[in-house]
Amino acid sequence: MSSELYINQKSNSMNSKFIASRNRLAKWSLAWVFTTALVTFGSQFLWDSQIITVLSISISLAVGVGMVLANRKFVNDGDELQRKIQLESMALTLGLAVVVGIAYSQLDTTNLIKADAEISVLILFMGITYIFCVFFNSRRYS
Amino acid sequence: MKNNIKTLRAAFQLTQSDLAEKIEVSRQTVNAIEKGKFDPSLPTAFRLAAVFNCSIEELFIYESEE
Repeated sequence: MSSELYINQKSNSMNSKFIASRNRLAKWSLAWVFTTALVTFGSQFLWDSQIITVLSISISLAVGVGMVLANRKFVNDGDELQRKIQLESMALTLGLAVVVGIAYSQLDTTNLIKADAEISVLILFMGITYIFCVFFNSRRYS
Repeated sequence: MKNNIKTLRAAFQLTQSDLAEKIEVSRQTVNAIEKGKFDPSLPTAFRLAAVFNCSIEELFIYESEE
């Protein structure tokens, strides 16, 4: 096998590996959202048993671990620029989540907002921040 | 860091996608390297030099940030 053919085959397999990782991460993320929704709404509308609730939370935790591992694989399967974009986006998201999260919590503890500070708001903020960071970082390098 | 990749790629009649496949990165990465927006890793620089059959010094022009 010539070296050129070998490089092309390796590159094609790298691209397909990256796409497969992305699809795998999307499936794990959807599964985690589904199990989280099941815990929240199931305990309210579907069953009245603490054992089932504990079981569903355990399943949600296990699926969450799977999603985290799928995310790590997704990042590792990218090339060096894709990894840099992900790293910068995650760094910004983490930093903003800490700063904004603490400020949001202080708004609650000092009674400047009437509603309780909910963790779901912070997760929503992190998701939106991450999407914007990936979008703008991708544009910066294009 | 400036580079001669675009010129060499044209001389070798390669598209950005062709070059991306050869050096095992995405087309977006080749584009960013060509425009000087992203400095590649040493292994990628060696792969680029191998594709164009030249040395790394012939591909990249180092510019001090001072």
